[in-house]
Amino acid sequence: MSRRAKAKGTSTSWLWSVVWGTTTARAGVLLLGFFVVLALFSPLLRPYSIDQQVGGVYDPPSWAHPLGLDDGGIDMVSLLMEGGRMSLTVGFAAALVAMVVGGGIGVLAGYFGGWVDTVLMRITDYFLVIPSLPLAIVIAAVWGPSLGHLIIVIALLLWTSTARLIRAEVRSVRERVYVKRARALGAGHTRIVLRHVLPQIGPLLVANTVLSVASAIFDESALAFLGLGDPTAVTWGKIIELAFLRTAVSAGAWWAIVPAGLCVALVIVACFWIGQSVEDALNPRLKVAHLSPRTFDVRRGRSEADEVTP
Amino acid sequence: MRGWSYLAKRVSFSLMTIFVATTLNFFLFRVLPGDAVRNLSRVPHASPDLKAQLRRQFGLDKSPWEQYLLYLRELAHGNMGISFADQKPVRGAIVEALWNTIPMVLIGTIVAIVIGVATGVLAAWWRGSWKGSIGTSFAIFFYAVPTQWLALVLLIAFAGLLPSHGMSDPYLLDDSTGAKLIDLGRHLVLPATTLALTLYGEYALITRSAMLETLGEDYVLTARAKGLLPRVIVRRYALRNAMLPVTTLIALSLGYLVAGAILIETVFSWPGIGYAAYQAVVERDYPMLQGTFLVLTFSVVLFNLIADLLYARLDPRITL
Repeated sequence: MSRRAKAKGTSTSWLWSVVWGTTTARAGVLLLGFFVVLALFSPLLRPYSIDQQVGGVYDPPSWAHPLGLDDGGIDMVSLLMEGGRMSLTVGFAAALVAMVVGGGIGVLAGYFGGWVDTVLMRITDYFLVIPSLPLAIVIAAVWGPSLGHLIIVIALLLWTSTARLIRAEVRSVRERVYVKRARALGAGHTRIVLRHVLPQIGPLLVANTVLSVASAIFDESALAFLGLGDPTAVTWGKIIELAFLRTAVSAGAWWAIVPAGLCVALVIVACFWIGQSVEDALNPRLKVAHLSPRTFDVRRGRSEADEVTP
Repeated sequence: MRGWSYLAKRVSFSLMTIFVATTLNFFLFRVLPGDAVRNLSRVPHASPDLKAQLRRQFGLDKSPWEQYLLYLRELAHGNMGISFADQKPVRGAIVEALWNTIPMVLIGTIVAIVIGVATGVLAAWWRGSWKGSIGTSFAIFFYAVPTQWLALVLLIAFAGLLPSHGMSDPYLLDDSTGAKLIDLGRHLVLPATTLALTLYGEYALITRSAMLETLGEDYVLTARAKGLLPRVIVRRYALRNAMLPVTTLIALSLGYLVAGAILIETVFSWPGIGYAAYQAVVERDYPMLQGTFLVLTFSVVLFNLIADLLYARLDPRITL
């Protein structure tokens, strides 16, 4: 019991040391945290109501409205905050669904192998190849637009890569000595998966999910732009779509378009930094690259596991 | 021969995928709310006779299973149905749209490959210095920005300088081929640039990580120990091996390109396959949507196959 607790503790603290210990990952956490806080407290923090007209159509930025007004005379800063709340909700929800579905299928296929693996991976392969955006368009067009549908559609696009990644990892974990020992001691499948396999693949799953959040927000903005988002919800994608449809371009109202896209880009960059740092730390092949390519000096080890003698 | 069995395996997988996509395509649209005939007739109070006739005409009185077989048979003959929007065959419209998409996508991709690979190599080479960081940051930024947003920003930035809409100027007075080509080129600049920029980030990041992996290999260390010039090491030792994953990933991404052009073509009203898909969504033109989905799937599957075979051909460690 105590041994398991300890093993789990090191896995979590290792993840934390990577996320907080790498400069880029820390920047990513701070950036993502900033947007999450803004999103969580958006109803309290936003300076104006999002359905109240406070000026003219596409009024340019001023002191009272630093990012100007949209086509309905609504304050852009307030709209962006509300949009962030919705976009992040969709992003995190879809990534979580994808994590559960993709992770579940990956664990099942990797752990049991045999025909289970063959069947599940065959299905995954087909879904991996079918182009996701057109498939999402078809499904969203058929189902009709709503936030729930949008989350499911985006999750449907994301789970395949998670499943592949997790399956490969589980296959290697399954063959490790401590798993075999647990099996020899009579542990059931459920126990082995929950106690021994999941903690091992945890960091990889987290990194993958963070990257999924980025993809989900990107996909949401694309689907919203094509008119397949929830018509009642304000998201960053929706803001860009409405600005496009309501001639913000010919009005020269860059403030109605530019900030929303930058928000999407910043959140994606933040997720990319976090996910990439964790994946890099997990990838043993990159650790081998201990020579700095430019000067061919021996670099300091990336982690304590890197025992390179200078 | 093992090579042939590998080829046969990949080709049969590709054919199976297209079959699965086709089936998905059929059944997804069967669960649509409402009756297909009601969508088609578009008459508020169509008589029962007319409805029955339409139903017979389109085979909707048959069982779903028979309809499915009918659909497959017609598709095998290249019949993709009739568009709801303009009552013309879907196939003709799609072929025309594809011819408009290809030049734009091709030019954008070539530009993206050139800049992307160069940036990736330099960013890997300068890893750890400010020059490398700038290269990587640019790549990450363009990888992260929404495609449609980048297109709109370019539209605003070049408003008045370059045409923003369509493929040709309908009011063009000069009728010569040269003038038409220049006009087409001017229309092409913004969509192709958007495509190139969004792809460039991805290609640069892929190249950079592939380069970093090969630069850490022992043979690079050996080459360095032999006293070879860094330029030679990068070009002859590292880049050659790094191009392996890069080539296949680029081949892979080519398939998704056509699909990715949906957003760009929508912003610039470029009359290609992506714009056709967007219009089909807006007008709820299901046969058209089905057709574009099939064509897009086909392109992805085809390029997947090419990527697989290319990888096997390029990497001698994979024995065929």
